[in-house]
Amino acid sequence: MTVAVIEASMTKFGDRDAWIRELLAEAGEKCLAESGVEPDEVEHLYVSNMASGEFEGQGGIMNALAHDLGLMPAYSERVDQTSSSGGAGIYEAWQSVASGASDMTLLVGGEKMTHKTTAEATDIIASITHPAEYKHGITLPSFAGMTARHYLERFDVPREALAKVAVKNHANGVDNPHAQFRKEIDVETALNSPMVADPLRLYDFCGITDGSAAMLFTTEERAKEIADDYAVVSGIDGATDTHVVHERDDPTVMGGVVDSSDGAFEMAGLEPDDIDVAELHDMFTILEFLQMEGCGFAEQGEAWKQVEEGRTEMDGELPINTSGGLKSKGHPLGASGVAQGYEIYKQLVGEAGSRQVAADTALACNVGGFGNCVITTIMEAR
Amino acid sequence: MSFDAHVCENGHASYPGHTLCPDCGAKQTETIDLADLTGEVVTWTHSTKTPPGVRAPNTLAIVEFDVTDVVAELAPDAADPDTFVRAIGQVTTDDVETGDAVEPVYVEQLRDPEVGIKEPASQEWDGYRFDPV
Repeated sequence: MTVAVIEASMTKFGDRDAWIRELLAEAGEKCLAESGVEPDEVEHLYVSNMASGEFEGQGGIMNALAHDLGLMPAYSERVDQTSSSGGAGIYEAWQSVASGASDMTLLVGGEKMTHKTTAEATDIIASITHPAEYKHGITLPSFAGMTARHYLERFDVPREALAKVAVKNHANGVDNPHAQFRKEIDVETALNSPMVADPLRLYDFCGITDGSAAMLFTTEERAKEIADDYAVVSGIDGATDTHVVHERDDPTVMGGVVDSSDGAFEMAGLEPDDIDVAELHDMFTILEFLQMEGCGFAEQGEAWKQVEEGRTEMDGELPINTSGGLKSKGHPLGASGVAQGYEIYKQLVGEAGSRQVAADTALACNVGGFGNCVITTIMEAR
Repeated sequence: MSFDAHVCENGHASYPGHTLCPDCGAKQTETIDLADLTGEVVTWTHSTKTPPGVRAPNTLAIVEFDVTDVVAELAPDAADPDTFVRAIGQVTTDDVETGDAVEPVYVEQLRDPEVGIKEPASQEWDGYRFDPV
């Protein structure tokens, strides 16, 4: 059964006063209202969230959201796959409709983070590491620093190449009213920003963010009846790599990206060259290169050349992160994969406003941990 | 404590150990104490934004140990034995470069277990730092 996305919404990302229940309800209510679908039509509700208990002490948020939106007795479930919880939610929502278990599935992803200090938030996120890693004080940014150094040294890549990813994504984010940081930066600013995990500096990292995003899924048959424009999920797959990051054969290859994108392309019957626009999980600038290579958009060690040549800019052959990416838009953990889905949906139905590019086929790659769990989704316009 | 990499009958080595070998699914039945070996730095970082209870800066490295000979002894019939195993950890100094030779040195407490998010009793907090030779 072909699964369609008929609406998507997101809240303003940033430093919000709202707590997790309010954030989730804001995106969920907006998605339903803009679709015209009534709450009692929703049969399944998935809530993507990594750590509402750790951040806020609020558990059971799928039940809370179902009640706040009046979705009872819809089946509800919280989806946690760390930073890829949102992508995993897309996979669950797709499965619920494709299997026939649900005719109308609402997905809402969200996270409330900014009330914690940077050190506390970093520790909550680092809790996903193996005890042999955690006891050394290893953080996700430190994985990024070690991987970036290896990539730059092994493939003889100029340090400026990473800064150019940040410059591109910040420029894109200026046009995104939902983005946390709507500010252009230049290469010098990025290269002179404070060191976080040598060789990576502040502008190589996304922020700590509050926010929520939602998508509404149904069968293509119903989509034709109730939506003027919609997109279909033509390919989707998830994959898991090692928990212990240093055990991977090649530190510059994210196996979960390779395997999940292979699966998504095979399901869709498409090749990387068929993709018109992509959202990649640039939690750290180096990840944009690793995902471009893992998804087949570039050869190993060469993605940076496409950034240098402008191929991935808004007016390039393959615009990447038209939303501003996690870098500019922000990264409320459980929301990010859904917000990627929001962006490619809006691009496909022609509602991306000043960020609009010509696109019939779009890809989103959502990475959990440091490539530990990955979901790749391909959507096509109808 | 020792600094054990774990080896299955097919000669696959991993640090840390796992319930079943990540490569082939066999039980990991042998160990190699990496504390006895000299390794080489594959990559490193100075982590400055560290979590509660962690030193700052926290210089970290991924280190590769050549285990060709010891795996050949432990799993003599293995068809495709591992030749190296990697580990990750703190470095004793902030002055480290890729390719440096390092030796593991024991440290009783790598971070303060009382101030992080993990339950202190849930894991060990001692271990090995890498010291450039």
